[in-house]
Amino acid sequence: MSIDARRAGVPAQAREPARPAPLDPEVRVELFETMVLCRSYEEAILAAYHADKGPGFDIGKGLVPGEMHLSAGQEPVAAGVCAHLTVDDAVTATHRPHHLAVAHGVDLRRMTAEIFGRETGLGRGRGGHMHLFDPATHFSCSGIIAEGYPPALGQAFAFLRSGTDRVAVAVTGEGAANQGAFHESLNLAALWALPVVFVVEDNDWGISVRRSASTSVSSNAVRAAAYGIPGERIEDNDVEAVYAAAGRAVAHARSGRGPSLVEVRTLRMWGHFEGDAQGYRDDLDGIEHRDPITRYEQVLLDADLLDTETAAGIRERARERVADAVDFARESPLPDPSTATDYVFAEEASS
Amino acid sequence: MSITETRPGTSRRLTTSKAMVAALTEEMERDPSVFYLGEDVGAYGGIFGSTTGLLERFGPERVIDTPISETAFIGLGIGAAVEGMRPVVELMFADFLGVCLDQIYNHMAKIHFESGGHVRVPMVLATAAGGGYSDGAQHSQCLWGTFAHLPGMKVVVPSNPADAKGLMTAAIRDDNPVVYVFHKGVMGLPWMAKNPRSTDEVPDGEHVVPIGKARIARAGTDVTVVTLSLSVHHALDVADTLATDGIDVEVLDLRSLVPLDREAILGSVSRTGRLVVVDEDYQSFGVSGEVVATVTDQDPGLLRAPARRVATPDVPIPYAHGLEYAVLPRHDRIERAVRDVLQW
Repeated sequence: MSIDARRAGVPAQAREPARPAPLDPEVRVELFETMVLCRSYEEAILAAYHADKGPGFDIGKGLVPGEMHLSAGQEPVAAGVCAHLTVDDAVTATHRPHHLAVAHGVDLRRMTAEIFGRETGLGRGRGGHMHLFDPATHFSCSGIIAEGYPPALGQAFAFLRSGTDRVAVAVTGEGAANQGAFHESLNLAALWALPVVFVVEDNDWGISVRRSASTSVSSNAVRAAAYGIPGERIEDNDVEAVYAAAGRAVAHARSGRGPSLVEVRTLRMWGHFEGDAQGYRDDLDGIEHRDPITRYEQVLLDADLLDTETAAGIRERARERVADAVDFARESPLPDPSTATDYVFAEEASS
Repeated sequence: MSITETRPGTSRRLTTSKAMVAALTEEMERDPSVFYLGEDVGAYGGIFGSTTGLLERFGPERVIDTPISETAFIGLGIGAAVEGMRPVVELMFADFLGVCLDQIYNHMAKIHFESGGHVRVPMVLATAAGGGYSDGAQHSQCLWGTFAHLPGMKVVVPSNPADAKGLMTAAIRDDNPVVYVFHKGVMGLPWMAKNPRSTDEVPDGEHVVPIGKARIARAGTDVTVVTLSLSVHHALDVADTLATDGIDVEVLDLRSLVPLDREAILGSVSRTGRLVVVDEDYQSFGVSGEVVATVTDQDPGLLRAPARRVATPDVPIPYAHGLEYAVLPRHDRIERAVRDVLQW
């Protein structure tokens, strides 16, 4: 089939979110478990990050050196989207990637080792927390705003050519939606009906600048319409609503109808990076009540799908898994400095 | 001592652009994962003849016209390469790298390293470079030194038809990102002043030129001219002229900037004791300085005379013909530099 023939004949307008159907109880508990694992992971990285930063917070010191962008509050996006994926599907994340990696099934030990800069890490300590690449789960991320979108097109292109129904999920923040790469990618993916799900995490803040001060529209779902693809915006950081919208988008892509966009108004509970005092924020009062995990836990408790003991057990198992990963990373060897220039090029050509 | 790996057999006289297409044709027939992507590469056949006839032969599934969206389609090539395909992606003019540089140097070139060698990006970025036909400051640059400066991508720059075929074949088969820079002035285009060396014998069938091996284009004993691309042709013309004065010039065609064949540079300069570097890219912080440093880092005593550089001075390429020729490294400047180092 030619590319032209595959063009998706979708209406050029934002799709209204449908009322989510009641979810299978097992799915609901799994969504909760995934979110808890994401949060446990971030809490463990947070603790490791602030260990040994010295008396005056030296960003380059300690177990985990460098910048650190944590995703607490954004777990509904990761859990709701990745629940529809297998490790054969691709996920391209942002500079704030951990929740998506955890939810997509990236090996926790090797990811943690990478964040700790160890030889056993995903990138043998060459990548760091913004540059995680896991071929086993087709997971990658980019430290550059919006620039993770174009490679996702190529993964989707390869999936399409291989005749499978695999999809590529490309995630950005709402600030990235003002970059050219975002718009070029939407156009090209729509033009060629590539199986891509564009996900926008709108956490209100591009570092310190509000969305309203940077973005000309109130919803990037309407921007999807400009490219003739479906767009949905989820307003309330509700994992079940994300799950429903992502389910529609993934099914749309898997069935050969091309890309769509899901924007989620989510919540950055912590700073842009660790060390960010957030003096610019006026939305922190009572933020703990907006924590999507405790909110969802209450929903499941009220529905008798969880009891406090089960919920505590889920949290404990998550902590154990994360602790195991942290122990693995901590005990792993650091890279030999004499190998610092290795891996610039592949050692063997295939010819 | 040409080290081109050529199987004994037949050859044809081809222009550089047709030799490039020959390599693409053979590799696309050999490997179904190879495809070509870019602006006007389909029915047009490539603005500089890089894909002429490929669409008719392989169809729109493998020879793909893109929107004018370099960031998106170069990134698409990266993602496809990561998933096991072998894209050749054309950036119409090297001058346009600014609109998509992030995909090139932060993604294409770094993913293998950042992944600790676990992810390969077997992709070719083909791009046209060079001036000499009054196309102005935004369409005449070489910029191969910029690609070569940024780590993680190989950079090849063929000067002649046989190398155009052999290097393209090698680039497609390489598991690394390879930037393949073709100078418009060597392509043998019907609408541009033709250099006589832009049409030459090209081996039929498989022809691979290893990436990273320079070629002695003309052996000589008095002075080494290290150069690449169109400037090889100019240097050979100058060598022919000087030969009538009894001056024996060796011309070394680098063919590849990354990896750079430093041994070939050192070997030639060891024999001649004199070095002129000719590079159409900007002079400062570029290829010419790197070549000189290759010698002086090893042993400044190899030089019996100070090295000379003939490059584009640090100025945007002018439009008016006379101004453009004044800054490009052409025959007159090359000859002066060679005669100068022979005064010592």
